[in-house]
Amino acid sequence: MSEDRVVRIASGQGFWGDDIEAPVRQVEGGGIDYLMLDYLAEVTMSIMQKQRSRRPEAGYARDFVELMERIFPRCMDDGVRVVTNSGGVNPTGCADALVAAGRRAGVGGRARVGLVHGDDLMGCLDELLESGHELANMETGAPLSEIRDQVQSANAYIGAAPIVEALDLGADVVVTGRSTDTALTYAPLMHEYGWSPDDHDRIAAGVVAGHINECGAQCTGGNCLIDWWEIPDMAVVGFPIVEVREDGSFVVTKHEGSGGRVTRASVAEQIVYEMGDPTDYITPDVVADFTTIHLEDQGNDRVRIYGVRGRPRTHFLKVSIAYSSGWKATGTLTYSWPDAAAKACSADRILRERLDRLGLRFDEVRTELVGWDSTHGSLAGEPPADLPEVQLRVGVRSSDRASVERFTREIAPLVLTGPPSVTGFAGGRPRVQEIMAYWPALIRREAVESRLRVEVRDV
Amino acid sequence: MTKVQLVQLAHARSGDKGDTANVGVIAYDPDHYDLLREQLTPERVKAHFGELVRGDVERFELPNLGALNFLLHGALGGGGTMSLMNDAQGKVFSTGLLRMEIEVPDAVAAATVGQGRVPEGWSP
Repeated sequence: MSEDRVVRIASGQGFWGDDIEAPVRQVEGGGIDYLMLDYLAEVTMSIMQKQRSRRPEAGYARDFVELMERIFPRCMDDGVRVVTNSGGVNPTGCADALVAAGRRAGVGGRARVGLVHGDDLMGCLDELLESGHELANMETGAPLSEIRDQVQSANAYIGAAPIVEALDLGADVVVTGRSTDTALTYAPLMHEYGWSPDDHDRIAAGVVAGHINECGAQCTGGNCLIDWWEIPDMAVVGFPIVEVREDGSFVVTKHEGSGGRVTRASVAEQIVYEMGDPTDYITPDVVADFTTIHLEDQGNDRVRIYGVRGRPRTHFLKVSIAYSSGWKATGTLTYSWPDAAAKACSADRILRERLDRLGLRFDEVRTELVGWDSTHGSLAGEPPADLPEVQLRVGVRSSDRASVERFTREIAPLVLTGPPSVTGFAGGRPRVQEIMAYWPALIRREAVESRLRVEVRDV
Repeated sequence: MTKVQLVQLAHARSGDKGDTANVGVIAYDPDHYDLLREQLTPERVKAHFGELVRGDVERFELPNLGALNFLLHGALGGGGTMSLMNDAQGKVFSTGLLRMEIEVPDAVAAATVGQGRVPEGWSP
């Protein structure tokens, strides 16, 4: 194997709702071997579950299927393989739609779609509980039985093995459910370089590459605090590409001529994003130590990473459980100078008195002034009297849906029955939203791994 | 010694895990890492945020990046879709921490004036 060999993995989506032109630019820019697309976050699974409960064929990222219809022929021509967790809570439905989209795009007879499923534990939850898997809340220690009736979705974060298997079987596109975000990057590396599961350091390097890739442009200048005002051409920001060597060292870069910037600082900001204990970054395949990362800024939008160390994986997988936990709604009104904040605070007092008189029950009523304290709270101090305007933002939360419904009718009346110089109510009544609370748990890995299935389908 | 706001010496990014916000603080100049380590104790960071952080503050060190990572427990109003906060996912606790005042040698204060802020006269 040549020491100069690199595998180039491009990131095309950092979340469900990211820039839909970015993956097209990544493929059309050329020179990449893989395109990874991350669609899932903690709350995404419960949103998809809700969609699926209304329509059994839904429950995955439909944008992905529309995207593939555009880029499938070019990916096949260039040999770019796609790895994604777009399947959400319905990877089978996603793969079916992808096969149909591939035929419409003209790649029928020459493309293969890999499907990974079995991470969804909803159908076997009681069986698992009965056989002694407590699925206790990792943060509070409470047993799942406390909220069993409210559970809406339960998915295990799964690792690289089934993705590697699908790639080994020749899949051009691999669709999974709740694959760990980072696995979408390091699984192709394990497939390409044949890294063994106990090659902890190299897999840990792949995890770091995955952590950098998984939020799209957040490492190439997006949401970057350092010198943000001079980062060029953000309208056509380049998404990251990691160029990984067989020894696990890699360079973070982006397509030449694209916007944004890759520097030591832009990459460092992404490394610390959503980080816990940096010495203990746990994934299904390895525990990576982020304090061993060495960064070297090579200039020209190239940052090299090397020296990453890892330790053996744990005996557990994390399970992401969403359960219904009541209702909420948020209403807003805008007050103008003079004394904007005083008017908004007065309106808030009137509103709260009306809610009290109606005898409504809330677990929480929260008031924020957008334009003053809704981002930094008490750190913002007292608002000045000459504030040009402020938006009153009141949110309520309750296990009683009727109370939340009634709250949504109490905002607009303030326009004619409260303090003056108020506007910004054209959007109508606030929407009542169901709360999906998050219940993280651990499960013995064998309980999940025996259920995982890999299928490869011809388009 | 002079009091300056942390924004002069460091940049930061924050995110969420359940009801916990994390803030990664990175020194602009790696030589200032030790100064940040000394000044940004978990106790002082907890005191800075006051009522915004109901639980403990944990701190982890990443000398390789010139960075400190803080976990602010109980900061997100229940987290996820439970939270009624505008910043339910803790995206701007980063800049909230950069408001903090720290004590630095006079020379460091003088050399970093205006750092971290849009230059005067700049327009989009």
